[in-house]
Amino acid sequence: MKLTIPAFVGRIAFSALAALIGAIFALPLLWFLFAPFNARAELGLALPDPWTLNNFVTVFGNSYAVQALWNSFIQAVGGVILVGAAATLAAYALSRSSIPGKGAVTYILLLFSSVVSGSAAMVPIFLIVSAAGLMDTHLAVILTFAGGLLPTAMFILRDFIDSIPKSYEESAMVAGASPVQAFFDVALPVIRPGIVVIVVWSFVNIWGSFLIPFILLRSDSNMPASVAIYSFYSEAGTPIVTLLAAYSLIYSLPVIALYLFVSWKFGFRFFGGIKA
Amino acid sequence: MASVEFKNVTKSFGEFRAVSDVSFDIGDGEFVCLLGPSGCGKTTSLRMMAGLETPTAGQIFIGGDEVTHLHPKDRNIAMVFQDYALYPHMNLADNIAYPLKVRGEPVAQRHGRAKEVADVLKIGHLMDRLPSQISGGQQQRTSLARALVYPAKVYLFDEPLSNLDAKLRLEARGFLNHLQRDMGMTAVYVTHDQAEAMALATRIAVMDQGHIVQFASPIEIYRRPSTTFVANFVGNPPMNLVEVEGAQIDGKLALKAEGLTIDGLAMTDAIGKALATSGKLTLGVRPEHLGIAEVGAINTITAPLFANENMGPESLVTVDRGDSARVTARIFTDDHLDLSKVVTLSFSHEHVHLFDSAGMRIPALGE
Ligand SMILES: Nc1ncnc2c1ncn2[C@@H]1O[C@H](COP(=O)(O)OP(=O)(O)OP(=O)(O)O)[C@@H](O)[C@H]1O
Ligand SMILES: [Mg+2]
Repeated sequence: MKLTIPAFVGRIAFSALAALIGAIFALPLLWFLFAPFNARAELGLALPDPWTLNNFVTVFGNSYAVQALWNSFIQAVGGVILVGAAATLAAYALSRSSIPGKGAVTYILLLFSSVVSGSAAMVPIFLIVSAAGLMDTHLAVILTFAGGLLPTAMFILRDFIDSIPKSYEESAMVAGASPVQAFFDVALPVIRPGIVVIVVWSFVNIWGSFLIPFILLRSDSNMPASVAIYSFYSEAGTPIVTLLAAYSLIYSLPVIALYLFVSWKFGFRFFGGIKA
Repeated sequence: MASVEFKNVTKSFGEFRAVSDVSFDIGDGEFVCLLGPSGCGKTTSLRMMAGLETPTAGQIFIGGDEVTHLHPKDRNIAMVFQDYALYPHMNLADNIAYPLKVRGEPVAQRHGRAKEVADVLKIGHLMDRLPSQISGGQQQRTSLARALVYPAKVYLFDEPLSNLDAKLRLEARGFLNHLQRDMGMTAVYVTHDQAEAMALATRIAVMDQGHIVQFASPIEIYRRPSTTFVANFVGNPPMNLVEVEGAQIDGKLALKAEGLTIDGLAMTDAIGKALATSGKLTLGVRPEHLGIAEVGAINTITAPLFANENMGPESLVTVDRGDSARVTARIFTDDHLDLSKVVTLSFSHEHVHLFDSAGMRIPALGE
């Protein structure tokens, strides 16, 4: 097909404009990739000269920073296990059983969930956690996140399980399986892609959150990485950009790794139903 | 193998009665078809046998033992689901062997048995595939294999052939018929295809709106449908039903309607009673018992030609008696039928079915 001259010029102009807009969005990302390897990094974008790993050496020499990454890991994994397991069982029960008013339960929980992990509920959460004697523990953070994330997780999973034909488990039970066997042999593997979505979503949520651990934790040795980033400030309160950049990169790696792992292992796709 | 019995079974969903006070007895080794239009309660009845649904009232027995509230896993039955319900994450071998797995059989043994059954069903070479990687017909045979892999007391089928194309369906139907002769299994088979029911069943239960209307052998249902509903449901095409006025002339029954005259039918007390209530009857004649009338024929229906469909070994000739009251004749000829604009069809006395104004069959003389 031949393009007319005006159409050709129009296309070039459009592409140039799109490239420009793309570049504006890409700039912070480029800084994020270059600055960690630059010994003299500042807030401006600059190519490292020379490329160096010194910033990382300094970060790993800082025991508080390393401990914080580990804390983030404990809190995120703990929360993910709790949310994943509880949401799966609850959503399965809500989907398959015939409890009257089960729809209302999920909607009400969903309504309040945004309150629980939101800043509005910080004072009551603080009081509850402190009354339970859980102040300054990983468990406090894990439980608070579980409470906040569970309703949404249940809601997403229930919808997912609702779309899976009951006849899978029914045929298993007719074939001689107990309800528990039918759940583990047949239902769970079919639900698994939905659980993976929940796991990734809650991991990212917990890993990236600042407010809840900041309020519920006291000692430096319990702080997660999101809070620890604040330690890379000089006495005068100006950020040490080199360390900040290196630490940010390390901090974002687990999330990227999780996405890559899941898309490699599960492909973010669901089993197609049997064609009718 | 075992018998199955329903005693006054009712199943309600809220106010709605899906199955209404149904009782029947299925003998050991019988192949019973539940036949009826959509929504009449066939699947619900089957699911109550399987234990997937609990009756609102009544009792269910399998092999003489009451199972009304028994969990499905303890009933030792096998079921083929309409959507096949093959486990999407297991290959065919694991799918077919699953019932043996829950019975605790070791891997080698259960896969061996699964392969045997799969070979009989001609899917033995697909054992490594996932259900999404095989055709619809193969999926159907896989679900059948999974039901046949272990000895069950009763085999339940919920429209297992409805997702297949016409040719595969005929093939699978023949196979099921062969299987039944081979194994002598007790089976309950749900279908809304009357040809399938006629071909497979030792007895057919015709259902309508939660009730069993007639429970008899296919021949009996064909020869002596108990109501106009059954008459209209069984047969291909179904029986022609014509509303007629009845009168007694010289001790014989005469029927009259627009374009239709019949004289000299045998009179019985039952006919007399039906006539006494309203004077109206419903005449039933099967399409295959109608012919193009010769000159001077008695028992005739005359009406304008509506359609003339040649199907190869036979032709379907339909005449329109007005108000869409159509009568179809099935003429067995492989010649092209040359018909005039108005056609006269005729039939003999012995092929007349009579129903009263409530639609109940009036027994013929000697029935
Ligand atoms: N779980 C349910 N809740 C409410 N109504 C139901 C339920 N299951 C079935 N019904 C109703 O009960 C009636 C009988 O349903 P059933 O599935 O037994 O019909 P069927 O004879 O198998 O029909 P089809 O040939 O379409 O499969 C239908 O009117 C249906 O709407
Ligand atoms: Mg059905």
